[in-house]
Amino acid sequence: MPEAYDPQEIRRQAITPAGSGGPMDLAMDEAETLEKTPGGPEGTGPTGKPRSLWSDAWHQLRRSPIFIVSGLLILFLVIIAIWPQLIASRDPLFCQLSKSQQGMQPGHPFGFDTQGCDVYTRTVYGARASITVGVCATLGAALLGSLLGGFAGFFGGVWDAVLSRIADVFFGIPVVLGGLVFLSVVTSSTVWPVVGFIVLLGWPQIARIARGSVITAKQNDYVQAARALGAGSGRMLLRHVAPNAVAPVIVVATIALGTYISLEATLSFLGVGLRPPTVSWGIDISNAAPQIRNAPHMLLYPAGALSITVLAFIMLGDAVRDALDPKLR
Amino acid sequence: MLLDVRDLYVEFRTRDGIAKAVNGVNYSVSAGETLAVLGESGSGKSVTAQAIMGILDMPPGKITGGEIIFQGRDLLPLKEEERRKVRGAEMAMIFQDALSSLNPVLSVGDQLAEMFIVHRGMSKKDARAKAVELMDRVRIPGARERVGQYPHQFSGGMRQRIMIAMAMALEPALIIADEPTTALDVTVQAQVMELLAELQRELNMGLILITHDLGVVADVADKIAVMYAGRIVETAPVHEIYKAPAHPYTRGLLDSIPRLDQKGQELYAIKGLPPNLTAIPSGCPFHPRCPRAQDICHTDDPPLFRVSEERRSACHFWKETLRDA
Amino acid sequence: MGRYVIRRLLQMIPVFIGSTFLIFFMVYALGDPVAALFGDKAPDPATAARIRQELHLDEPLWKQYFLYMGQIFQGDFGTAFNGQKVTELMASAYPVTLRLTLVAIVIELIVGIGLGVASGLKRGRVVDNSVLLMTLLVISIPTFVSGYVLQFLLGVKWGIIRPSVSSEAPFSELILPGVVLALVSLAYVTRLTRTSIAENVRADYVRTAIAKGLPRRRVISRHLLRNSLIPVVTFIGADIGFLMGGAIVTEKIFNIHGVGYQIYQGILRNNAPTVVGFVTILVIVFLVANLLVDLLYAVLDPRIRYA
Repeated sequence: MPEAYDPQEIRRQAITPAGSGGPMDLAMDEAETLEKTPGGPEGTGPTGKPRSLWSDAWHQLRRSPIFIVSGLLILFLVIIAIWPQLIASRDPLFCQLSKSQQGMQPGHPFGFDTQGCDVYTRTVYGARASITVGVCATLGAALLGSLLGGFAGFFGGVWDAVLSRIADVFFGIPVVLGGLVFLSVVTSSTVWPVVGFIVLLGWPQIARIARGSVITAKQNDYVQAARALGAGSGRMLLRHVAPNAVAPVIVVATIALGTYISLEATLSFLGVGLRPPTVSWGIDISNAAPQIRNAPHMLLYPAGALSITVLAFIMLGDAVRDALDPKLR
Repeated sequence: MLLDVRDLYVEFRTRDGIAKAVNGVNYSVSAGETLAVLGESGSGKSVTAQAIMGILDMPPGKITGGEIIFQGRDLLPLKEEERRKVRGAEMAMIFQDALSSLNPVLSVGDQLAEMFIVHRGMSKKDARAKAVELMDRVRIPGARERVGQYPHQFSGGMRQRIMIAMAMALEPALIIADEPTTALDVTVQAQVMELLAELQRELNMGLILITHDLGVVADVADKIAVMYAGRIVETAPVHEIYKAPAHPYTRGLLDSIPRLDQKGQELYAIKGLPPNLTAIPSGCPFHPRCPRAQDICHTDDPPLFRVSEERRSACHFWKETLRDA
Repeated sequence: MGRYVIRRLLQMIPVFIGSTFLIFFMVYALGDPVAALFGDKAPDPATAARIRQELHLDEPLWKQYFLYMGQIFQGDFGTAFNGQKVTELMASAYPVTLRLTLVAIVIELIVGIGLGVASGLKRGRVVDNSVLLMTLLVISIPTFVSGYVLQFLLGVKWGIIRPSVSSEAPFSELILPGVVLALVSLAYVTRLTRTSIAENVRADYVRTAIAKGLPRRRVISRHLLRNSLIPVVTFIGADIGFLMGGAIVTEKIFNIHGVGYQIYQGILRNNAPTVVGFVTILVIVFLVANLLVDLLYAVLDPRIRYA
């Protein structure tokens, strides 16, 4: 059967766990066969040079409205996280108690909070903490997780058992409670304790994904073939196994980034995340919450900014997953 | 006539445009008769079968023309509820991959008994007894003990027997078997085919056997329909086609069977690939791959020429093809 | 099957020890329980030393841990900051959180699966796209934001419900908090159900069921749902542990005196026995829930049961 040599099929196997290749119905199967023939408009037949998973995914992403919207939004958020002065000229720590809880005024479109600080300026400056925590925690968790998970999956045996149990330990700790306990003893007002905590509890999730994909990749026929041909462990891991694990890790990490930002805000809300003078949406929402009857604007703007940021990253993750997982198309 | 498919057209909407999967197919089956439908994947043989069964995915699929006359009435205008009563009871289908075609979380007994509960309104207990009976009939050893087991606990051949049992549970007039032995070991293939043929004789059922394997066909089929690019290119009684094909495509299929008496020779392969159904070549759709193609083949779509009383070929040069065989 | 259970139970032991030790370490090694007893006053050194000895705080940490665990297994969880026994606090707090979690789970089951099935069957249509968009929004809004906003709108502005929950916390008052607690998981359940249904709808065995001439209703309920809901049910099972641990935010917003509230108080007042005791029980709940999920999986999927 020609299917065995079809690049599309190999790509599909590369990303979906063994045995869940998704049984297609015959009718679609036949219709699909045609799409793949060299005469097709895309020209990706077995004789032509097959597009890689990545360029294929990129090709699809460029046409996805969700990707474009979330990508632009994230670009904007990153820029104002680095240079908040671009759109907010005031000092976020400059407050006038006389203006406490006042509504919008010329030059102060979001009004003032209880301390009389400008809500607009604080909302803009709040992006920095959230983005920093989100990006650093994701990088940390993804690196640590894929390293340990990949290691466990590739070598198996005792290593796998031990690492899996360690991952289970961190899984067994409820995230918010763990944050309360761990971070309540910290006195630093930088973002690093929060980042460290999220990495500590976040890596097992990535490790599971990485472990799973490495095990699947190891069982792939062409990896077995490479092994039979005498490829060394290092070479196998780098050339054949690792590339297959990267895609699922990226997908999970992108979605996790959004939830990490949400987690940071929750911890700050509970008083154990970021601390003043760091400007954080979580802290501002926490301060605004008791006043919601008198001055709902104090809560709505930082809450809106926080939700839009989380949404942007989750949407990005969704789009990337759809692009990297042909099975769902 | 049990089943008469007349001028059937089926299309699929795909990302790359409309795929014309079936383009004016005609074939018929009588009670007790076996029709083998032959063709590469993408030739429309499975789509035609699904259209007959009424299990086509619509959308993206769409039947754009034709009639399916079954036991004297056209099935296509029927309401879904009437169609449903025909499925399983009057006509049944056997699929290629029994493991994925059986529900993994229901016992085989439940899946067999379901036929009697739904179509015959039997009680659970009676239906269960019927299920055991059926398993005995398709010669599954220890049927009484195994009736509560799950599909993954059976071997490939046994699973396909369960599929067969399910298909013939209500003694339908027509069975469509879509590549029923492709997924099986060679030794098991013969046993399963034998069982199918035996049950067919017993119940005097019509059988449509969809396959790409000419070897299977020779033993069991009465007549053959060869499909290419969603149309029939040759129909003939089975012995005649083996003797002398009247279409270059059939010729190519026959020549690509490995044969013991030609040991050492290079195996023939039809050059090129099946056509893209969103852009079927003009004229005769086979012409880009045909060793006999002339100018007329690029422009004129050949009709089904009458070769003999029971034989048709859609080739401008069927006489030459027949002569050279 | 029995062997499988035993293996899972054995695997739980190191995880239990690891998790509880981690918590124990954070609370006892990094905090100062004795200083906390005295609040802002500086403790008298002699008294402090006596208390340290009584609480075994002069022993090495691992020994403290095992002494503590020994006490716990004898039912002695120590004393909370107000002189009450920690076990008494638990007896009042755990039923409240359990009720809250139950409300949340029921909402997840009904609404989440309902929406997921509807959108999975109508994949790509308007229903599907709007459900997907809603789940994205819900996932993006942190619980503490949706909690305050819903409390403000329903409780204060429109006066439909009481904005805070009384100390008895009956089911009737826990509906809105339950919704708030369930929201994010609800969105995940919906998406998971949708994906699972959409994948299974194209499965060969569903086509077989249609070819058998079964009515559409039976194809969906007996064949499609049964298979599609396996991952969903296991997700919801595992969620019990997460919800109980995550209820802290909801409990703070609605002033519910449940587990999260007590742990929060314990941390604020630096009362180690309360925090470690409550978290230990939560870890056990979490592990047992996961074990039950594994067993449930085996019950639902014969391929695992007979593997």
